[in-house]
Amino acid sequence: MSLSIVLSLYVAGNSTRSERAIHNVEQIRLEWAESDLVVTVIDVLEDPAAAERARVIATPTLVREKPVPERRIIGDLSDVQAVLQVLNLGSFEKGKNRGLRK
Amino acid sequence: MNSDLVSISKLEVGIGGFDDIAVGGVPKGRTTLVTGSTGTAKTVFCCQFLAEGIRKYNQNGVFVTFEERPDDIRANTHSFGWDIEEWERNKAWAFVDVSQQSQETIVSGPFDLDALIARISHAVEQVGAQRVALDSLAAVFARFNNHAIIRVELFRIVSALREIGVTTIMTAERDSEYGPVARYSIEEFVADNVIILRNVLQGERRRRTMEILKFRGAFHHKGEYPFAIIPNEGIEVIPLSSLKLQQLSNDVRITSGNQILDQMCNGGFFRDSVVMVSGATGTGKTLLSTTFIAGGAEQGERSLMFAFEESPQQIFRNANGWGIDFEEREQGDLIRLECVYPETAGLEGHLIRMKAIIEEYQPKRVVVDSISALRRISSRESFREFMIAFTSFIKHKQIAGLYTTTATSLLGSDVVTEAHVSTITDSIILLRYIEHRGAVMRGITVLKMRGSIHDQRIREFTIGSDGIHIREPLETISGILTGNVMYERG
Repeated sequence: MSLSIVLSLYVAGNSTRSERAIHNVEQIRLEWAESDLVVTVIDVLEDPAAAERARVIATPTLVREKPVPERRIIGDLSDVQAVLQVLNLGSFEKGKNRGLRK
Repeated sequence: MNSDLVSISKLEVGIGGFDDIAVGGVPKGRTTLVTGSTGTAKTVFCCQFLAEGIRKYNQNGVFVTFEERPDDIRANTHSFGWDIEEWERNKAWAFVDVSQQSQETIVSGPFDLDALIARISHAVEQVGAQRVALDSLAAVFARFNNHAIIRVELFRIVSALREIGVTTIMTAERDSEYGPVARYSIEEFVADNVIILRNVLQGERRRRTMEILKFRGAFHHKGEYPFAIIPNEGIEVIPLSSLKLQQLSNDVRITSGNQILDQMCNGGFFRDSVVMVSGATGTGKTLLSTTFIAGGAEQGERSLMFAFEESPQQIFRNANGWGIDFEEREQGDLIRLECVYPETAGLEGHLIRMKAIIEEYQPKRVVVDSISALRRISSRESFREFMIAFTSFIKHKQIAGLYTTTATSLLGSDVVTEAHVSTITDSIILLRYIEHRGAVMRGITVLKMRGSIHDQRIREFTIGSDGIHIREPLETISGILTGNVMYERG
């Protein structure tokens, strides 16, 4: 069965930091192509109410909404291994994330 | 630099007494840092900053909370009579909840606090806020390891708030009462304006003070000012040295309640004077107080007595014994008795309560029996401040005051009164026991009377069923004041 993974990425405007974070999450998404991984990018400058609801204070912040429990990691997410570890993605259907297990 | 001086205007905060010591309030459109160790009422200060804005100036506010949850803040401020929920419903108050979530925050790579800035700006916009409070910054540092980033980000938050045009109070932690201004040296990079709150142990008692350390380009009073936290009110600062002792001296005389004592004072006490009655226990200080009160009531003047040593029943009974019907007078609203145990509050608390009662009752005469009871519960410094503040308050209101003070030795005179107290009283009356030919008598004398001639002699007095009886001068005895009595042969 395919696990549904839902991520939200909060960024502020189109700074290089935002772009880098978006790029890094995109990498992860590509690696997880075979499973069901959804990423929503939210610009806190355009939608501060969303940041308020999610109680996000730092940007970029990546939130794993599903599976629960929720997990968060902040920064430009340049250390992809660390991101995977925190989000605990590595433990789901390990066979499928070939590209990330070098 | 000079142009700064001209351009910085103040925002009246509305916290009792604060705007006096701050000469008009906090710098408008700027951030003021409020620092203090734990338990110094920083959060109360923040809440009241916003609450007074809403209540007194129709200025809305945003509370950014890093530590306490909004629910706790709503509940904790209920006792001050602030209904935050109601204000939230009316879009006058908004929370930005940044309190710690249960999960830890993991950091991977550089970040900023743009999301927080966006949320604050959003909340400010939502309620049209003019005031913002951030409580407390230490929590942000505790949450992230990278303090260099946090420093830069806090600086950006302050700049953003300034750009939005709101006036901000930011709190930070201190580790000791007289050490560095704030943990993480926050003051060095976020605020031109710093207020320090203290809660110092002094003579076994806690004493709260507030000090404005700096207001860049704006005036303020220097030094520590005592403050109290009053139920139903919040913080109340006592602006001592900004209260000038400028007494409107007039020469209207009022009766002391005793004809002969009036004669000794060349026609009575002055309308706006403060008289100190000093004597050992049992010499008749409370009797002289009740005589003074009754004398006022006799003239149709409202008279108020703060009794810190006796219960109302005792005072009524004693007054009755001296032929003064206090109860009837109290019913006629000419006399009011306020009996309080000194230990029930700190001096600041007593001061604020006494002022409130005077404001409400509007008496012409006030008695404090005794100031020694208040001295007992305080340090020398806070007692001095109390005496100055209370005396200047009643003088501003042109109320005649009478304080009693208990001398510690039965015979003769120890220190007449503590030096700093005698300088603010206009007249001093001494009551003394005198050993005379194998018996103990009482003596009374007017030791000092500012602006008037007075009887310098010591007279004998007795206490009878109809009150105080002042008799002939004790002309054959000398050395009473020193306790070294000599009799002239005659």
